[in-house]
Amino acid sequence: MSGIYIVGIGIHPFGRTDGKSGMDQGEFAVRAALADCNLEWQDMQFAFGGSDSSGNADTLVTKLGLTGLPFVNVKNGCATGGSSLWGCYSSIASGQFDLGLAMGFDKHPRGAFDPRPKDWGLPEWYGETGMMLTTQFFATKIRRYMDLHGITPMTLARVANKAFRNGVHAEHAWRRTPVDLETIRNAPMVSDPLNKFMFCSPAEGGVALVLASEKKARELGRTQVRIASVATRTRPPGSFEVFAPSLDIKRGQSSTNIASRAAFEMAGIGPKDIDVAQLQDTESGAEIMHMAENGFCADGEQEAWIAEGRTEITGALPVNTDGGCLACGEPIGASGLRQVYENVVQLRGSGGGRQVPDSPRTAYSHVYGAPGVSAVVILER
Amino acid sequence: MNQRPISPHVFADGADPYLLGGKHRSTGRLVFPLPGDAANYEPCRLPSSGKLWSYTIQRFRPKTPPYIGPEAFEPFALGYVELPNALIVESRLTDVDFDKLQIGMPMKLIIVPFCTAADGATLTTYAFKPI
Repeated sequence: MSGIYIVGIGIHPFGRTDGKSGMDQGEFAVRAALADCNLEWQDMQFAFGGSDSSGNADTLVTKLGLTGLPFVNVKNGCATGGSSLWGCYSSIASGQFDLGLAMGFDKHPRGAFDPRPKDWGLPEWYGETGMMLTTQFFATKIRRYMDLHGITPMTLARVANKAFRNGVHAEHAWRRTPVDLETIRNAPMVSDPLNKFMFCSPAEGGVALVLASEKKARELGRTQVRIASVATRTRPPGSFEVFAPSLDIKRGQSSTNIASRAAFEMAGIGPKDIDVAQLQDTESGAEIMHMAENGFCADGEQEAWIAEGRTEITGALPVNTDGGCLACGEPIGASGLRQVYENVVQLRGSGGGRQVPDSPRTAYSHVYGAPGVSAVVILER
Repeated sequence: MNQRPISPHVFADGADPYLLGGKHRSTGRLVFPLPGDAANYEPCRLPSSGKLWSYTIQRFRPKTPPYIGPEAFEPFALGYVELPNALIVESRLTDVDFDKLQIGMPMKLIIVPFCTAADGATLTTYAFKPI
């Protein structure tokens, strides 16, 4: 199979944009992605897009143009962006199309997400008694991980500190002011051991990517960034996921483990070959655990890695170079595509103050969400 | 006293309370809570004690809906308890100082008052407390 390329990228700044709907932010991102590769909406042969709570992506044709193109709506929790990209990639790989769009957007109200039990196949009492919060899942998962693998609260704080420092240099980030380690360490707890600087917030934003077949990318003269692999996976038996009233005693692997393995296998490279990574950091602990779940280090090694600065922009494996979800917030439908957007920026060398030095050649992104879905994308230059 | 469980078929109250799990009729896999699907799951009594598997403290009042706890919010502990040879179940944790919580500590099931229903009845739920 010949290569598939990302030829255009566009983003609407994340955070809060009062008076602008999620859909409008999605439209903004699409126009930006088209402008980035000097194409028109009329050139798009198909599209995949989605949002979790801001409406149907395909209604955007009203504003972008009634060209009759097939436009598939994707609704896949936090993996919505990853799944859109997978759909877009697969459609071109099938040989049916040469040029298409993957996009996502969202706009969430302030405060924690408020899922309804029945949407997740759970009984009402589970939500009524206060046990159905995503924050609790992440807190209990990292609590046990810290005990088993010797991760300290200081390391949680360092991850948050890095996110806000990196966010300073990302035009699309929401939180762009550094927060010192002491302030982070002394902040009020939200769900122990995680405090208010260690959780990302539901937010707003939109991202769009234009994908092209090798033939089309050559025609356009835009063969800089190639997709080496895309893999999405749901949960295997024995995994620990959001909204789980019970777990099997026999523990198993995670959706991230199997998505990561599949993506590396398809790309024909391994974790040591990756130059920059964007890993799902719903909270500080998630970034730490996902370093191991994606195969970049062994369980427990994060403590030394992070203390030594290995995941800093100047480190051996820069992680979340635009500040990740912690600095950008999490508009569900757009979040996974933001990671890919950031990786394209890094591979193009246009990261400015957050550019990874020495011209990175490979970039990895990983998104994770309820009820146990992971999507991994590996890009190469 | 006028009280009832927050939902039927979740736990059995009384001197020796227990959680009601489901055992898959063909694979034998245990789950909690008991699924409504009686054709595939046979009800089973889960062990009433175990060890703390992980925990956290809920520091803010969860959004309503779905939460129906008292308006006046007090932070509470919750976590997962490993019931030997059965399952790891999620539960509220009670009768313990937050800073005394420790993975591996022995815990046992109790039934506790949770909130007051519209008809004035006290709704009960399950929790685990240190042994």
